Amino acid sequence: MLTEQTLDKLRILAESAKYDVSCSSSGTVRRGSKGMLGNTVGGVGICHSFADDGRCISLLKVMLTNYCMYDCAYCINRRSNDIRRATLSVSELVEITIEFYRRNYIEGLFLSSGVVRNPDYTMERLVAIVRDLRLVHGFNGYIHLKSIPGASQELLAEAGRYADRMSVNIEIPREESLKLLAPEKDHQSVFRPMALIQQGVLENKEDRRRFRHAPRFVPAGQSTQMIVGASRETDRDILGMSSLLYAQPTLRRVYYSGYISVNTYDSRLPVLKQPPLVRENRLYQADWLLRFYQFRVDEIVDEQHANLDLDIDPKLAWALRHPEFFPVDINTADFESLIRVPGLGVKSAWLIVNSRRFNRLTSFDLKKMGVVMKKAMYFITCHELTSSFSQPVPGVNEMHPERVRRLLVSKAEQKRAAEELQLSFDFDNPAPSTDDK
Amino acid sequence: MTIYTFDGSLNGLLSAVFAAFERKEQPEQLLTSGDPLPLFADLVFSVTTDEQKALRVWTGLEKRLPREAMRLISVSWLSEQRQLNTPLFLFICKVFRLGDISRNFADPDVLAVTNMARRVFHEQLRMKQFARFQKAKDGTYLAVIAPDNDVLPLIIDHFQDRFNDQPWLIYDAHRHYGYYYDGSADASRITFEDEKSVPFNLSDGRLNDDVLSSDDHILQDLWRTYFKAICIRERLNPRRQHGEMPPRYWRYMTEKQG
Repeated sequence: MLTEQTLDKLRILAESAKYDVSCSSSGTVRRGSKGMLGNTVGGVGICHSFADDGRCISLLKVMLTNYCMYDCAYCINRRSNDIRRATLSVSELVEITIEFYRRNYIEGLFLSSGVVRNPDYTMERLVAIVRDLRLVHGFNGYIHLKSIPGASQELLAEAGRYADRMSVNIEIPREESLKLLAPEKDHQSVFRPMALIQQGVLENKEDRRRFRHAPRFVPAGQSTQMIVGASRETDRDILGMSSLLYAQPTLRRVYYSGYISVNTYDSRLPVLKQPPLVRENRLYQADWLLRFYQFRVDEIVDEQHANLDLDIDPKLAWALRHPEFFPVDINTADFESLIRVPGLGVKSAWLIVNSRRFNRLTSFDLKKMGVVMKKAMYFITCHELTSSFSQPVPGVNEMHPERVRRLLVSKAEQKRAAEELQLSFDFDNPAPSTDDK
Repeated sequence: MTIYTFDGSLNGLLSAVFAAFERKEQPEQLLTSGDPLPLFADLVFSVTTDEQKALRVWTGLEKRLPREAMRLISVSWLSEQRQLNTPLFLFICKVFRLGDISRNFADPDVLAVTNMARRVFHEQLRMKQFARFQKAKDGTYLAVIAPDNDVLPLIIDHFQDRFNDQPWLIYDAHRHYGYYYDGSADASRITFEDEKSVPFNLSDGRLNDDVLSSDDHILQDLWRTYFKAICIRERLNPRRQHGEMPPRYWRYMTEKQG
């Protein structure tokens, strides 16, 4: 039975869960079946609402409990924090999930938990909930389950049968920083469950080849999250880790979470007035380049450019470092070269490749199709008439890349990036500790 | 300039294509009868809708176009926009003259039809996202929507697949019709004879209190609480919120109702 008390608990536990950014309901298509509730649509999933911070609400993202035995510096739920704690009962959580789902509020459940007593005890309770949802209540919607680091292989194997996606958060890409901020954790505790889940998925694939109706195991793969700006990692460290992870067959998605100063008293952490949103955005853009644009990580960041340029997007930055690749001829270049042009996305490239079979394209055609020419015009050649009256736009090779850059960086963007730089923290001279009063 | 006028139906538009080939001419514009005529209209021909001819044109199109292009045409028609008539008419004429040009996006008519279809498609996704159900005392779930385009037929399959064990009604308040699913057979199209007597408010989609199920109040409160709690205040970004979830849909959405 749902009461006012439930309301209070849901508020506390949603507040505790909200810093986990993953919420997608993608990666698996499962049609509805008679007597079961729900389906999953695949594709990019469905976002059911958008909170005031502009982030999508697709899944009911909630913690089972926010009591935790760990004391990780970056986490709002660390045991030394004096916050309100609550625990949802299994029946409450199941009822909320099902009733929300029936009203089309959510696409499914994203369940995580603080660690109480020991990892196995916590994981067992998470598994109990998803088992209840699937087997007793016939819930066929999306389930994303956080796996607790250190949980046993048997529990992970059972969880994987009910969950669509499982995740373990890396949080900090370099182990020495992780050890500094979360002394009770190490990379081993993150990568072991990841490897176990992957092994389960691969074995399941093999089984399904032989028995078509073998139940699926974590069909939507794994995801993970890294915090940006809480430790001294460069973008090169972060993206290097991402690209290593994407090389794994089951890891679908890495999320980046701009660090929000939740524990301002901890001197191991930087003091940020506002989260590094520009940097986070650039990391996502770079991530897209890795996943959909066939860029290698060393093309995006290297030793000289260990951090992404905050003023311009990573693709433009790459293009300005490699003017020899341009100009790209819209009418003859292959798809892979087209999507390397700054400003051209997969969609624009698709439009171009299809249309140019009928007639040669001019920049006027491109504009009409909705291709954004602001950046692209310096990097392409089209089928243009030129005369003494109309000069073609000088490309990146006729001008200096530095000049193109200045033309393209908007004043507002420069200001935003400069603000963020000012607020970032100098790690080599940490602020005096506040503990020793 | 040659201008055809038609009755505004899809069959009428297809009959106009038939007429253009029968009369061996290519009109520049297709208007609904009653539209103001442009200047210099020297020949105006009024098309009579003929289902037989329309069917012949449609089967002819099916032979010349791949299936996704046919779907594009039917989806774009759901936009109910007048400015679609001429481009769609010219697009179909061109298909009969030139063959499959459905992917030549440099052609202004193909582009107009494609963009229109894309808009409709985008909105049907939004309805899948933002339709909100309330539960009535008798166990029926009700959602009221008011989309810009007539997208209700496009989303029925999705909801029937998803909520196949609960009876529901999705009602389009703009177009005054809905689909009712009784929990077993296929959803069917319904209209109310007397819309004033329905037990819900058409302007905000709320069920009247006397038919609302008892636990719906607390569930709506839970959802609103959750909606507020999940927002990170350090990252407020109303612009993005408005872009992804346009305010014109908010009046039917539980989390935005006070």
